[in-house]
Amino acid sequence: MNFFAPLLATRLNELWYALPLIVAISVVYSGTRYERTDDILVGTFRSLAWIVTFMAIILAVLWLVGLMV
Amino acid sequence: MVATSAESSPAVAGHELKINLRDPVVAGVLAWLIPGAGHWYQGRRTKAILFFLCIYATFFYGLWLGGGRVVYASWGPTSDEKRLPYLCQIGTGAVALPALWQAQRYSDGKFAQLMHEKADPKNDQRSFSEWFMAPPLPAVEHGPGGGEGRDEIDIINYRLNRRFELGTVYTMVAGLLNLLVIFDALGGPAYGAASARSKPPGSPGSTEATKPPAS
Repeated sequence: MNFFAPLLATRLNELWYALPLIVAISVVYSGTRYERTDDILVGTFRSLAWIVTFMAIILAVLWLVGLMV
Repeated sequence: MVATSAESSPAVAGHELKINLRDPVVAGVLAWLIPGAGHWYQGRRTKAILFFLCIYATFFYGLWLGGGRVVYASWGPTSDEKRLPYLCQIGTGAVALPALWQAQRYSDGKFAQLMHEKADPKNDQRSFSEWFMAPPLPAVEHGPGGGEGRDEIDIINYRLNRRFELGTVYTMVAGLLNLLVIFDALGGPAYGAASARSKPPGSPGSTEATKPPAS
């Protein structure tokens, strides 16, 4: 069995569509939390990191589940 | 805590930050109509531009992905005819309103019949103002032997493939993000003047909110 088969099955190319969405969500979310521009910038990167990390964890879990079945 | 008017202006993290929300209701309505307009009205220009660019970029990219057919209003009797994503898309305000106008036009039987005749899947003769944000028509393509054909929504899904769903998601997210912006215009930022590098005032472990006032 191909080790990467479950990962490929997720059609990874489609994940690129999530990137602009994540950026927009991070900027607007952070913008509604803080008032100063530098705080918004820091908050944006923080949200971005959180979302990407969360998605990566979910992807890893799904990948492992895919390997087991 | 954030100062939401010129009268109250608590100092947070050693800085004096006043946010004059002017008339929050007017700002909220403006923020709904055009993302960022409420903040512009309040003089919060940087955030106004930021919200305007982010939300409109998300919305129009989604609209482009979906070929201009992902934003439409439809509230028919069956569940297939109910366009629930529009409830989120309407959050973007004025740019989603043409869908309501189109739904009103298409609810007129004569107009719908005329559009039905023009909407040949192979050669759609409707003008831009006739198909843009218009609800999909039923059975525009005739089946073999004049039998029941395909609905326009099926043809759109077939033509756009997954881009239809992606476009729908993008435009929905744009509308939902504008709700956050409206709340910000109504009540100011959630953490006010607190720095992003420190804990927000009032949160567990925060020293800013519990600090006694300097005598």
